[in-house]
Amino acid sequence: MSFVTFIQHCLTGVSLGGAYALIAIGYSMVYGILLLINFAHADIFMMAGYFMIFSVSSFPWQISIPIVILGTVVLGVLIEKAAYMPLRSAPRMSIMISAIGVSYLLQNLATYLFSALPQAYPAIPPLKRQIRIGEVSASLVTFLTPVLTIILVFLLIFLLRKTKIGMAMRAVSKDYDTSKLMGIKINSIISLTFVIGSALAAVGSILYFTDRMSVTPFSGVLPGLKCFVAAVLGGIGSVPGAVIGGFLIGLSETFLVALGYSTFSDAFTFLLLILILLFRPTGLMGEDLQDKV
Amino acid sequence: MSLLEVRDLYVSYGGIEALKGISFDVEEGDIVTLIGANGAGKSTTLNCISGLVRAASGTIRYNGEEIQNMDSQKVVSRGISLVPEGRKVFPNLTVRENLLIGAYLRKDKAEIQEDLRKIYELFPRLEERHWQAAGTLSGGEQQMLAVGRGLMASPHLLMLDEPSLGLAPQLVKDIFSIIVRIQEMGKTVLLIEQNANAALNIANRAYVLSTGEIIKSGAGKELLDDQDVKDAYLGVQA
Ligand SMILES: Nc1ncnc2c1ncn2[C@@H]1O[C@H](COP(=O)(O)OP(=O)(O)OP(=O)(O)O)[C@@H](O)[C@H]1O
Ligand SMILES: [Mg+2]
Repeated sequence: MSFVTFIQHCLTGVSLGGAYALIAIGYSMVYGILLLINFAHADIFMMAGYFMIFSVSSFPWQISIPIVILGTVVLGVLIEKAAYMPLRSAPRMSIMISAIGVSYLLQNLATYLFSALPQAYPAIPPLKRQIRIGEVSASLVTFLTPVLTIILVFLLIFLLRKTKIGMAMRAVSKDYDTSKLMGIKINSIISLTFVIGSALAAVGSILYFTDRMSVTPFSGVLPGLKCFVAAVLGGIGSVPGAVIGGFLIGLSETFLVALGYSTFSDAFTFLLLILILLFRPTGLMGEDLQDKV
Repeated sequence: MSLLEVRDLYVSYGGIEALKGISFDVEEGDIVTLIGANGAGKSTTLNCISGLVRAASGTIRYNGEEIQNMDSQKVVSRGISLVPEGRKVFPNLTVRENLLIGAYLRKDKAEIQEDLRKIYELFPRLEERHWQAAGTLSGGEQQMLAVGRGLMASPHLLMLDEPSLGLAPQLVKDIFSIIVRIQEMGKTVLLIEQNANAALNIANRAYVLSTGEIIKSGAGKELLDDQDVKDAYLGVQA
């Protein structure tokens, strides 16, 4: 592999990783606050793809992007209110099963509404523009994704570490009852978590699908699983962990494909999951797992 | 009208009655203490006032307003703050953040800073460690933090559930003198204590709870001299 191709692959990997990171944050944050693996997150991401297709048919892309983000946020929050909130004091398994149900519901709904055939994802012209730096060339979206990811992650970490609402989110993730005693509205904080997770998934979907060109009702499944692995790899519950996990998975996938092991690249992700769970279940950045009472 | 009036309060946990119709009053500006054996229902009483546990029946009136089964968040906004049993500081937040989150509902920035200063004055140990994650504090320091956090809400009525639990004797003394200072700041205190002797000494009024019922009440000093109370809760003093 020549140096130029190596750099080229790095760029592709980091770009894919950036999109993964944005999705992985949603898994991680929801787990941090509800101890729930939100299986529906992958399908929220898929629906964001369809939102773009339909929005672009009536609006220019500049307006479509905020519409897609807003639509995805509404969907994410509605799912929380309808399928998870009523189960707040139910055993953890019930809410997990509810999440699996929502995931299938969204896939079937999308099949019913949009058919199982791939639908073309609209091209956003500026994102597709080719850029050359020396001998390396790629579309703008490839350069933009990691940069945008890093900016969004910094904003998110600032929100969590430095603002009052972020402080409340960290408190709620540890102890509901004591948070209530402080006057914190638990349900608003949980909704906010879904707002952030869904908005980032919407941005991730734009970046991801722009490179892939089509959406099917099952487009969320595989990236969703990979991002879940990324979140576990980084230490589920930790935002920086999810980001590092996303980049690692994106890079390793790209290089496996580049080296000719493309059939093995998906299996690798799951092998990684098993290895982490066996040897470092708290992930790279995770704190000790502790059960919430 | 008393500041807090509890009337005929019943609470049950899945069929088991923890409170069987208790009634008591807390007068403005007083220190009132609830004493009783383990499992008598003391924490249940405070948790029910705070809205963490639902009342099966009965009323709780605060400043004339019925607050039974109100959301915890609203109860705090009315000026009632609970320092829960077992500290319950947020381990992942710093000492300073734990104090600030106590003031979550307050908007008066300048006064919050002023209260923060006062609490650091009350517990200098907390100021020294204001950047430390609360989970790494010693048990006694966490207890001080929990009390400080309760005060940061600037409550009118401060409820303390065993604030001296697990503290060294010197610190226990400190906690009790701090409770008296809190009263002097014009606040009303509802106190639960295992250390019945010390609690009765500073209390204006006391209630004895036994398996979900109030079996005795009176001024703190009065109960100190009560033979039954002496036998049951104060231990034999040689
Ligand atoms: N969440 C709960 N579920 C079921 N039973 C409970 C629950 N909380 C308390 N109880 C029961 O209610 C009764 C009163 O408990 P409570 O915690 O109010 O006692 P307490 O007077 O505070 O005791 P201690 O001095 O040990 O703190 C006990 O019998 C206890 O087992
Ligand atoms: Mg108790």
